[in-house]
Amino acid sequence: MAKEYEVVIGLEVHVELATKTKIFCGCSTAFGGAPNTHTCPVCTGMPGSLPVLNKQVVEYAMAVGVATNCEITRHGKFDRKNYFYPDNPQNYQISQLYLPICRNGYVEIETENGTKKIGIHEIHMEEDAGKLIHDEWDDVSLVDYNRSGVPLIEIVSEPDMRSAEEVIAYLEKLRMLIQYLGASDCKLQEGSMRADVNLSLREKGTTEFGTRTEMKNLNSFTAITHAIKGEIERQSDLLEAGEKVVQETRRWDDTKGESYAMRSKEDAQDYRYFPDPDLIPIDISEEWLEKVKASQPEFRDAKKKRYAEEFGLPEYDIDQITSEKALADIFEATTAICNQPKKVSNWLMVETMRLLNAHEMDASDIKFSAKHLADLIGLVDQKIINQPVAKEIFEHMFTDDVDPVAYVEEHGLKQESDEGALKAVVEKVMADNPKSVADYRGGKEKAIGALVGQTMKAMGGKADPAVVTKLLKELL
Amino acid sequence: MDLLKYSAKELSDKIKAGEVTVKEAVDACFANIDAKEESVHAYITICREEAYKKAEEVQKKIDAGELTGPFAGVPVAIKDNMCTEGILTTCASKILGNFVPTYSSEAVKKLEEAGVVVLGKTNMDEFAMGSTTETSAFGVTRNPRNTEHVPGGSSGGSAAAVAAEECFMALGSDTGGSIRQPASYCGVVGIKPTYGTVSRYGLVAYGSSLDQIGPLCKTVEDAAITLSIISGQDQKDSTSIPRNDLDFTKALVEDVAGMKIGIPKAYFGEGLDAEVKDAVLAAAEALKAKGAIVEEFDLDYVKYAIPAYYTIADAEASSNLERFDGIKYGYRTEEFQGLHNMYKKTRSEGFGPEVKRRIMLGSFVLSSGYYDAYYLKALRVKALIKQAFDKAFEKYDVILGPVAPTTAPKLGESLSDPMKMYLGDIYTIAVNLAGLPGISVPCGTDSKGMPIGLQLIADCFNENVLLQTAYTYEQMTKKGGN
Repeated sequence: MAKEYEVVIGLEVHVELATKTKIFCGCSTAFGGAPNTHTCPVCTGMPGSLPVLNKQVVEYAMAVGVATNCEITRHGKFDRKNYFYPDNPQNYQISQLYLPICRNGYVEIETENGTKKIGIHEIHMEEDAGKLIHDEWDDVSLVDYNRSGVPLIEIVSEPDMRSAEEVIAYLEKLRMLIQYLGASDCKLQEGSMRADVNLSLREKGTTEFGTRTEMKNLNSFTAITHAIKGEIERQSDLLEAGEKVVQETRRWDDTKGESYAMRSKEDAQDYRYFPDPDLIPIDISEEWLEKVKASQPEFRDAKKKRYAEEFGLPEYDIDQITSEKALADIFEATTAICNQPKKVSNWLMVETMRLLNAHEMDASDIKFSAKHLADLIGLVDQKIINQPVAKEIFEHMFTDDVDPVAYVEEHGLKQESDEGALKAVVEKVMADNPKSVADYRGGKEKAIGALVGQTMKAMGGKADPAVVTKLLKELL
Repeated sequence: MDLLKYSAKELSDKIKAGEVTVKEAVDACFANIDAKEESVHAYITICREEAYKKAEEVQKKIDAGELTGPFAGVPVAIKDNMCTEGILTTCASKILGNFVPTYSSEAVKKLEEAGVVVLGKTNMDEFAMGSTTETSAFGVTRNPRNTEHVPGGSSGGSAAAVAAEECFMALGSDTGGSIRQPASYCGVVGIKPTYGTVSRYGLVAYGSSLDQIGPLCKTVEDAAITLSIISGQDQKDSTSIPRNDLDFTKALVEDVAGMKIGIPKAYFGEGLDAEVKDAVLAAAEALKAKGAIVEEFDLDYVKYAIPAYYTIADAEASSNLERFDGIKYGYRTEEFQGLHNMYKKTRSEGFGPEVKRRIMLGSFVLSSGYYDAYYLKALRVKALIKQAFDKAFEKYDVILGPVAPTTAPKLGESLSDPMKMYLGDIYTIAVNLAGLPGISVPCGTDSKGMPIGLQLIADCFNENVLLQTAYTYEQMTKKGGN
């Protein structure tokens, strides 16, 4: 008879911080760029070069620590983690082992059984490695050090999660907090957020942990969900067969939908950690910590509450526009200008979301300004343009942030609202469509729609549909 | 007078006065280099072309009145572990045998801005690991005073180049005595500044928490001038310290009246050569005669300095030298199968035996299970030694002792017994562990004519006291016709 198992999951989440420059030198952190163009002697491990800490990294790490209810280490250090690999130019990574910047925090997630606390063991700062590019044609490997020295924080959770759903909820929560802080864009696909899953099984009711494995190479929430489900199955099959789970690191292959062992505990390297003598201790003053605490932004939960009270928006709208900080930001900025919260919300939820999906973009990539969206809403409100034309203009705003007022002028898109000017067109449409006219007069009220449509067509879309309808009704 | 006999300051004065040209000074150095290098071998790389080009530039600026500093036009040499833009920088190792940096170390940059002419890069123990300059991958350097003897190390090339008049001043680096000991062996002045005074940017690291760059010179005055030029906080080196007392020439005053000088008993115990002892104590007597108050005292924990030093320096070195892997620059083995084989072969072939020994020792003391027992304990000893010095400096302005237990040994005598070689660092190492400034000043010779060095140590940031004492002593010996 099969035993019942409980799954125990802890996460190691790496987040690339949104600083302009690298953690220990002045090189740009910009993504992309020709190989080895964002490099200098420091981030390529040249002899005699020395690291100098970027203070913004400490500030972001502190901000994330405060947002996740951590204790902030007031006297911290960096340590060297020694291992040889070509993407690691010094053959040691500057990280934090002994005195990580944040410890003992938690975040709250919503589960089927209500709110649950997920503990944060620690958050530490470290530098990212370069990228290896394997040229299979020439049988050589090339190294691109552009990413070498990009600042990371690693958020290590307690083993508090019990399902894939809880893992996703935890990651969503972290992502939301960090995005709202502006500390990172947290894009899994681009690698600015990476999660390693530590997972073990134990018999239900027992308190001791089973042997865990660590799963790497998880590039999306779907991959994470699949990998967790796959690993639960793999481990329970082993346990059912009376075999042991081996403590090892496994790599998830999302296309095959399975994982394979990378290295076992026996191969575990001795990293020979020791404090980096090239860096001085990180001393965080009361003043600095207070400043970081005071500049914590309004997070999603608080925003949701305020949007309901201040703008009276429906819950669905609020949920949508607070799902990304960039959306909430543009919502607030636009509403501040035009004071039409529901109309702004509609533009963001409907057209913006549709175009973001169509272009495979994130809200953080939005180009149009709040001012232009407010202007567009104003043009419709003042009946200068109609809704279909507004949608057309919005597409140009979305791709090129065009000024809608200027665009309407340049392209002659002002709608015709003058009854005198429209009357002749309406009369011609009626003459050309005797069947529709007869249908309407015979009691089919819907037939007026076809006549409005024909009139709009004849006007090149620029007629005011309300005036057209009014005229038709009079003439019919 | 033969212009090679001038001190750096004297030479620059003559150049600025129009009595000597920069080219003449450079000519004289190269003529002397050509005559002596075969027997001395102070240099790994000689930059004749660059030097003459630079001499011309510097001369123009001096003539135009743009360069007026105390070292304008002075030909100098740089230890080969300091990066020099466009010039080979090998650390006397095969593994960096082809390395040409794209940047200069901060100290070299500052010297060049002051108008010196770099003649070349000096020989050293491989990666500054050694006390004789015999571990260099490019051949030994010989002591110009007697070429059967070593020049000391690891800045042996720099000390020999100054002593042989193959340059007027040289930069060295000191991790456990590597400036002071060769200065003592070659009979020149060498100063190791307070940790953090000179930027380490561009200095290829050995023991990062102990390394400091400093000058090897003919006179105390030249040493004070060099230090004034190369010191100062550098944004590129987090461990460099802001100081506003960087004009060290103010300390060149002949006065030790009332100066309190402490002599640690432990520095005069077993293992100290009798002739060295007599010369150093005679120097103490001379200072006493000038009004200094000299007394003996007990300096605690000194006997633990050597094991603590080798634990910390080697631990840091084992990590610092990991970047030499055949991937990005430097030597790569000819044939290999796969990445790890490439690493192993490159490093096995690229590093010499002393460097490998220290990498292994350092890796061992950092490995899991030994970290607390060795590395952390060594750090605690380091802290205790600092405390012992703090206590001593409550009472004394200067601590006086020998630089090394003996004068320069003969070539080939040291490497066979590394333990004995390590023990030779006994008087210099504690200074690095405590981050203190220390100076070596010539105080006579032994019966074989080999130079003896007097070591003076001051509290952190008290280079001025050190220089004042050293200058007073130096002027006495000059007047006494020593």
